Formats: sequence, structure tokens, C-alpha cells
Amino acid sequence: MAGGKLDYRALGVKVGLEIHQQLDTRHKLFCECPAELTDDEGDVFLRRLRPTRSELGDVDPAALFEWRRGRVYRYHAPPGHSCLVEADEEPPHPINREALAIALAVAMALGSTIVDEVHVMRKTVIDGSNTSGFQRTAIVALGGSIEVDGKRIPIETIVVEEDAARKLGEEGRVVDYKLDRLGIPLIEIATAPVIETPEEAKNVALAIGRLLRLTGKVKRGIGTIRQDLNVSIRGGAKTEIKGVQKLELIPKVVENEVLRQVRLLEIRDEMRRRGVTQELLDSLKPVDLTSLLSGSKSRVIRRVVKAGGKVLGVKLPLMKGLLGREVMPGRRFGGELADYARFWAGVEGIIHSDELPGYGITREDMERIAEALGASLERDAFVIVASDEERARRALEVVIWRLKLALEGVPEETRAALEDGTTRYMRPRPGSARMYPETDIPPEPVTEDLLEEAKRYVPEPPSKVVEGLVSRYGLSRDLAEAVVDDERYKLIVDLIEKYRGRLEPSYVAGFFVVTLRGLRGEGVDPDAIPDDKLAEILDLVARGDVAREAAGEIALYIARNPGASVREAVEKLGLKKLGREEVEKVLDEIVRELRDEIVKRGERAMGLVMGRAMAKLRGRADGRLVAEIARRKIREVLAGSAQ
Amino acid sequence: MQAEYHGYTGLVASLLRKAGVKPGDVIVVRRGDGSEFRGVLMPRYSLSPGPFIVLKLPNGYNIGVRVDESTVIEKVGSVERGKPGEPMPLVEGPLKPPRERVMIVGAGGTVASRIDYETGAVKPYLSVDELSLSVPELWRYADIDAVQVFQVLSEDMKPSMWARLVDEVAKAIERGYDGVVVTHGTDTMAFTASALAFAFHRGLPVPIALTGAQRSSDRPSSDAAFNLTAAVLVASRAPFAEVTVVMHGETGDTYALAHRGVRVKKMHSSRRDAFQSINSPPLAKVWPYDARIEIIDKRFRGRGKEDLVVENGFHERVALIKHFPGDIASVIDALVDKGFKGIVIEGTGFGHVSNDAIKSLERAREEGVAVAIVTQTIFGRVNLNVYSTGRRMLAAGVIPLEDMTAEAAYAKLSWVLARAEDLDEVRRLMLTNLAGEISGRHPLRLYRHATGV
Repeated sequence: MAGGKLDYRALGVKVGLEIHQQLDTRHKLFCECPAELTDDEGDVFLRRLRPTRSELGDVDPAALFEWRRGRVYRYHAPPGHSCLVEADEEPPHPINREALAIALAVAMALGSTIVDEVHVMRKTVIDGSNTSGFQRTAIVALGGSIEVDGKRIPIETIVVEEDAARKLGEEGRVVDYKLDRLGIPLIEIATAPVIETPEEAKNVALAIGRLLRLTGKVKRGIGTIRQDLNVSIRGGAKTEIKGVQKLELIPKVVENEVLRQVRLLEIRDEMRRRGVTQELLDSLKPVDLTSLLSGSKSRVIRRVVKAGGKVLGVKLPLMKGLLGREVMPGRRFGGELADYARFWAGVEGIIHSDELPGYGITREDMERIAEALGASLERDAFVIVASDEERARRALEVVIWRLKLALEGVPEETRAALEDGTTRYMRPRPGSARMYPETDIPPEPVTEDLLEEAKRYVPEPPSKVVEGLVSRYGLSRDLAEAVVDDERYKLIVDLIEKYRGRLEPSYVAGFFVVTLRGLRGEGVDPDAIPDDKLAEILDLVARGDVAREAAGEIALYIARNPGASVREAVEKLGLKKLGREEVEKVLDEIVRELRDEIVKRGERAMGLVMGRAMAKLRGRADGRLVAEIARRKIREVLAGSAQ
Repeated sequence: MQAEYHGYTGLVASLLRKAGVKPGDVIVVRRGDGSEFRGVLMPRYSLSPGPFIVLKLPNGYNIGVRVDESTVIEKVGSVERGKPGEPMPLVEGPLKPPRERVMIVGAGGTVASRIDYETGAVKPYLSVDELSLSVPELWRYADIDAVQVFQVLSEDMKPSMWARLVDEVAKAIERGYDGVVVTHGTDTMAFTASALAFAFHRGLPVPIALTGAQRSSDRPSSDAAFNLTAAVLVASRAPFAEVTVVMHGETGDTYALAHRGVRVKKMHSSRRDAFQSINSPPLAKVWPYDARIEIIDKRFRGRGKEDLVVENGFHERVALIKHFPGDIASVIDALVDKGFKGIVIEGTGFGHVSNDAIKSLERAREEGVAVAIVTQTIFGRVNLNVYSTGRRMLAAGVIPLEDMTAEAAYAKLSWVLARAEDLDEVRRLMLTNLAGEISGRHPLRLYRHATGV
């Protein structure tokens, strides 16, 4: 990282986590649709959402902007996985008690205070991801804590809420969403902002994820758990980062955000040092550069001008070099300005002087622009925008507004996490005015019955679960810990139990946490293999139809050929297990070939014989059976030669 | 039992009174078990009592906290409730309406409303100023004026209110508006639309469009603005001068349908596209975003062809009942005993009631009560000639209302009884097609199975 390792504690880093985990319930939170995704297509309909006004006349500016842009949402409603409730054509049904019970169980495990009556709220969200324009959400418990590496991490709230629709894509003004995911119950656990390092953030997420898994009632797989992070540094601002899907990414996202805030503060100081003031920024006026640049080599500019658009520019006095400063890996300060311009003005982007010459704009163009703007290329920067006039003008206003915020420091923002661990501007942090009661659902008292039901799902502390696996199944401690940390924890324990007496628990556990994980080395993703196929593989092993050693190979084949059935894999790989007779035959042959060696080495020839035998039989015969026959055959040979 | 206190009753009400706290106060609730909750006291809306106090936490969430005799409540502050500010306009700059003028007459429904973000309560409004800020697209089609006649729930609508509405609409037409929009709760909109259609059937120069919302206007996904815009488009530009209901044509926000008021029925409890024309095609398809009206039924009464003629007044003692397998005879008898002057019966299939009710029908006629028959199958035509039961009913003097909807039949009988007492005259008027409520032919395509596949 540029600038060397940051001292997080000295910077006063504070991180809070919000873990969102899908619950594995029979149906959705507010209707009877199955709580699962589907590949099925469905009916399609178009909707728009309008900004609503609060009592105080407030309208979420982001919402207003989306509406003015004439955003249209195209919803895809698979009939088996969505109904009138998801389509916003019927009021929600009463809250799913199973989901409530699971959330209460988690609350019990965290020592939280359970509310006595659950009130469902509407949280305004008008990006189309909720057909209603709001997300239904309810607090079930407050407080509590979880201990991570000896430190007590306070829990602030435990919430149940509905998941949003799945975004399929965007096409001009139209955004496509699928309704299968809308309404799947989520639990949201929010920690206090007490986490001080990137690594600690990950460990807390891990610990909460493990606890949730141990309820046995959560979904797993990509997209079923999402982490939001609140990150701030001393003198910076609370940034809300949405949608980190991979645990491993957490430290990097935190590092990048801390770095961004550090850099933004540096930029602020530098702006002040150079004498940039709010008044100076207020005095800036866009200039029409269309005719000046109509002959430019820039394709973007030529296209816009041809379509009747305008090229506007504004001088940014005293700011040369600042827009080119990197605020996180691969992102410059100019990129932050561009994000704002895109979001608030709907332009495709901006061009700033610190990235020029480039984009078809030559040094000569730059000089002409500078002259027209009254800027000095040695001292000042400039930004140009090509779009229709209204948007271009608005984009430059937004750029100036963002610079005014920069002069104050770090603005409060909601940012989206990207796959590479960087983030980008999503929208301003929403105000508290966007939460109001869901009047279609009466408050739900937390009754004794409900609490009893919840007790069934209360997860044991992980250390106790490890203990239990060790004592009950004779697993080694390492293996038991690996099982508890495995996403498929519940499946593993179910299968250990199912095949007890036929497969050793350590074999079943090892298949998942050693053999399957080892497949990553082969370049495949073992997580993508469906549970039922893994269970089927173990079933074949338990029946003795395939050898224990073949299980990994079958899994590998299925990972590489996702459509293949287990039977197909067994056949294609020629892994159908050989009977005793066939194994005898193979060994007869080997022993005949090695007769002289056997006579010479005696019982020590076992290794040699087994080596040859397993090379021929691996995966097709049980190793123990091969050893038993080999040993007998060697003795026979030795007995024969001694006579 | 103590009186209610901001929706709270019993123990909770007395605790709150004792502590001297009211909604909007920041309070701390300390319970006997040592637990403590801090938040803003909210009024209680649910009708379920229960010993719970509703608190709004700083993060905006509400929770319910159980209290008992040992609970101590203390006021620690109050929220500065800002004065309602200037609502933020949805569009910038002045509105530039065309020269058409449309009057919006408010008669209920939350077509335009504001939400109290604290309680979730929805406050309807219908002032031009507020409309211009929150639904500015209306001004694309007309200069808008608005007047609220009354604000009632759909289910509280009465025939006497139809009469007030007719007066208000007539006034607007006399003042030269190019069309009138009536906002109304959706549940009884078809009745009101029919009533207006009969009151104006002798002469209507401009369109009257009733509209409402299936999703209340406090939600981002409300259909209110879409429907209202479509209704204003119809009122200002439609080539027809008829009473229509203008509501969503499909679940998506693409087009609305303008249904003849006397033909429309709400066919779904919650969907946006709940309204359908029964036994008749809709009058037009309306695209509010594209300023487009596509005529479906070309046999309409044209705009500007007639002078305004109002025949106002409705009879209040009219009942609408439905045949059921039990003792229908007693229900008819009871209505006659109670002094009802007209009864519309939704009969089975072709329009039948059970044979043991024939005597009650005869008695109704003897008492001068008009009995009119529609079918509870909704679609199709009444025919009392096919089976002997029907012929007996005819002999008992019932009026078979052809293919009329129950809503149109009810409003029409109410209108007719207000101007004719003689049962023969009532029969003649009921069977005369006044506003398109009766049609002689049903092409095959008018009725489609809703098979769900």
C-alpha cells in the first residue's frame, strides 16, 4: 500500500459491523412463498416509484433525483417464488413466527434484551429494490455482546427484515429486478463501533457468522450473508459501506476506507494551505466550451456535440494536482468528484485536467481550455463535462459542491463495496425521517410460546460445540474446530449422525473439511457442489458401492461438470467398486510378478505389494480390504517358499 | 375502566397519566426487573390493548415495552417537533399548464396525502397548492382547481352524498371547466360512478372521471398519482363526455383504463388493476406518461355535443341483497317490513331466488316495493324465461335487469324511485337504457377465463 502501513489505533479508527444473514425458514417473512431463489422466469411488469414527503416536507434528495430521471423498474415475478405480496398488490401477511423465533434465539445467545412487542417499520428505499418503495424491518432485541479474542464487543440491535429484490441489470432508464429474493427473512446484527483494526473487523464478523450458523437455521452460500461496515477515523466521518459479500474482503475494505479518509483530510489541509476558500468555490462559473472543442479528437466530445449536446468547463483555482491524488488504490480524488456528478446529475463522467493530456484531448486543447477559463496550467485545475446542457451544468455544480465538502473534510456517505476491496459512492447517508410504522401489520407480542419455540434454536457457544464433537464422535480437536467453522456445519453433523456405525465420524468430517477444501487446489469451487450430491457420494461410500478414497475424485468430477449426477461421475471415472473376488484376482497377479522380491524381503514386502496394488485399485477398492488380501497372499507365498 | 389516553387503556394509561408524559416526550421506562428503555413515547394505534408502551428509539425503530405496577416512567426531555416546513416541490420552476381547465372534486380516498413519519398516520389533503407540489404532472394536461366536498371512507358513502357530489360537479361544469375529476375511495366507487351517470344522463357536455388509489398515496409505490394523472388526461382531452372510472389497466404503471361508470366493478380486493368493465368493453385505454388516449368503444357520447341537464336526487330506502341457500324469504320480508321501497336481488345464475321466496316477492309487490333482479355470476345476462322458477318470479312482478351490474342496478333503482312511484313506471325506467347500463349483444371476447395460466 502506498504510504506504508497505517497505525490504526493512532488514527482513532472505529468500525461497526452490520451482519445480514438470510434465515433458512419454510417461507418468506410476510407471505407464504418459499424463501429461496429460482432460475424460473416469470411475469414481467413495469413500475415507477415516487418520492414521498414527510410531515416536515422532506424529500430524500436521492429519491427525488431518481424520480426526475424517470427511472422505470422492470420486475420479473417467478410464479412459484413470488405472489401478490412481492408484487405490492396485496398487503403483507402477519410476520413469520419461525423467523422471529430464530432471531430471538440469537438474541438469547448474545444476552440481548428482547423487546416485548415487535413493531414492523417501513424504511424508505426507492432504488426499486423493494416494490413497495420501503423495506419492512423490525427490532427484536437490544444490547448484548459477543466475546472475540478476549474483547467484549457490544451488540446494539438485532433486527429481522425482508431481503430486497435481486438486481438483474440496467438498460438506460430501466432497471431489472427479480422478485424471488424479495421477502426472504434476514437477521441483522449490528455491533457498536468499537472495532479498532481491519483484522479485528474480520474476526468479529467470523464470530457472529459462526454463532448464526450454529442455530442450524441460516442459509449458506454466496449472497446469503452480507456485511455492511461503518468506518470512521478521528476527524473523519462515518462512512457506511454496503454489501461486502466475502469475509476475506473485510480487512481490505476497512484499510481502503481508512486510507481514503486519511487522504481526504490531507487534501483538505492542502486546499486550505493553498488558500482555497468556500467563497472562492462559490464564485466559480461554468463556461461553454462547445465551439472551442467541436474539432477535438476526443470521441466522447465529438459524439455529444454531434447529438446537440454541450461541453461545459469550470476552472478550479489553486487545485492543480489535487484531483490526480490517489485516495485509495486505483481511485483518484477526481474519481470521487465523477461519482458525485454521475449520481446527482446523471452524466456519464467528467474529465479533469490532472488526467490530461488524454481521452483524445491534446496539450494544445488544454492550453485553449485554460485560456477560455482564465486558468493557469501551472497553478489551477479544471473539469469539463460533455452532455446535454442541463445535465452538464448540473454536473459542474455538483463538482463544486463536492469540493466545498472536501474543504470541510470527509462527507458522510453510503458507499458500495466492490469486488477488489475498494468502494464507490452510492448515495448520501439517509436521514432518520425515512422510518415510519408499517400500519398494515399489527404489533406482535413476544409471547411465552414464542420464547419457548426460540429456545429450540439457541446456538451453543462454539467452544462447547467443539467439545461436544470431540467427546461424542471422537473427532480430534482440530477437526472439530474445522467442522464448526465450516459453512456446511449442519450438513456435516447430520451426515455423521446418519452414517454412524457405517462410516467413522472422522471420515465424514474429513471428507468435508479436508478433502473438499483440498479441491480448491485443483482450481474448482467445492462450495458450488450441491449438498444433496455430497450426501449421495457419502451414501455410496456407506453402502460400499464406491471406495472411501474415491469420494474426493467424484466430488471433483461434479465440481467440474455441474450438470453431472453422482452415478454418472462414478461410471465416467470407472470407480465402481470391485468385489472381493476381483481384488483377489488383481493381487494374485501382482504377487505372481513380485514373487522373488517377496521371498527375498519377507513380510516387509507388504509396502511394495500395496504400492503396486493401490496404483491399480485406488478408488475402486477399499484400502483395508486390499491390505488384508495382500497380507494373506504374502504369507501364502512365504509359507509356500519355506516348504 | 379509565378513559383512553392517546390510545392507551387500563394500567398503561394510568401509569402514563401519573408520570405526566404525553406522546413526543422522551421518557425512560424502568421496570421492576432492572431493565431500562429510553425513547420517545408514541401514541398507541393498534386496537389490541395489552400492557405495552410504544417507544421510538433514536434509530427510528419503534418497540413495545411491557409494563406492570412496578414500572417507573420518567420524562427526561421532549422532541423538538419542527413546524411543518414548505413542502419540497417535485419539479423545479413554474408550472406551464395548457389552456384546458379541470376541476378535481374530492369525495374521499387518500389520493393525495402526507405521512406523519412518527406515527405513520396518513393525512389526506387536496389543496391545489399541495397538489401542484406533489403531483405536478397534472399541470401537463390542464390548469387544475380542486375542492374537497367531503372526506369519507368508501364504506361510509351514502346516496345522500351522491346528491351533494352531483351538485358540486354540476357547478364546475356550469363554470366552464373542460372536465371534472372526482377522487373517491375505491370500494364503492362503482356505485357513485353509476349514480353520477344517471344524474347526468340527459345532458353532459364534458367528461367526468372518477379515480382513486389501491395503494395509499403515502407510499412510494402508490398508484394514486398515476391514476389521478390519467383521470386529468381524460377530463381535459377525451373526445367523450361520459361518466367514467379511470384506474390502472394492468399491474404495471403503463396504461389506465377508462371504464363506463355504469359498467365498472371492483373485481379484486387489492390489486391496482382491480377495476373491470362487466359485459362491455372499456371505453378507452389511457397512457398518462405519453398523453395518449386510445378509444376502444367507439359508440360514445361526444364531448361538447349536449347541454348540461342535471336530474339530481336519490332514494335512500333501497337494498341490495344476494340469494343464498338459506331462508332468503325472511330477508325479503324483513326489508319490506322495514319500509324499503326497492330491493335489488343478485339471484343465482339466470337470476333465480328459491321457490319458497316467491310468496315474499308477491307480498313486496302488493306493498309497492320494486324488486329488481341481477345475477350473482357477475358476467352474463339475467333470463327468467328459461326455468319455471324464473317464470314464477316474473309472475310475482320482479324486474329482470338484463346485463346490468349490481352497482348500476342499485344506483339506478335509487335514482328511479326518487322520481317514480308507480311500479309500472319504475319498471319502464329500469328497463330503459339511459346511460349505457344495458346492452343487447355480448360478443364472445367480452368474457375471458381467469385461469391463472
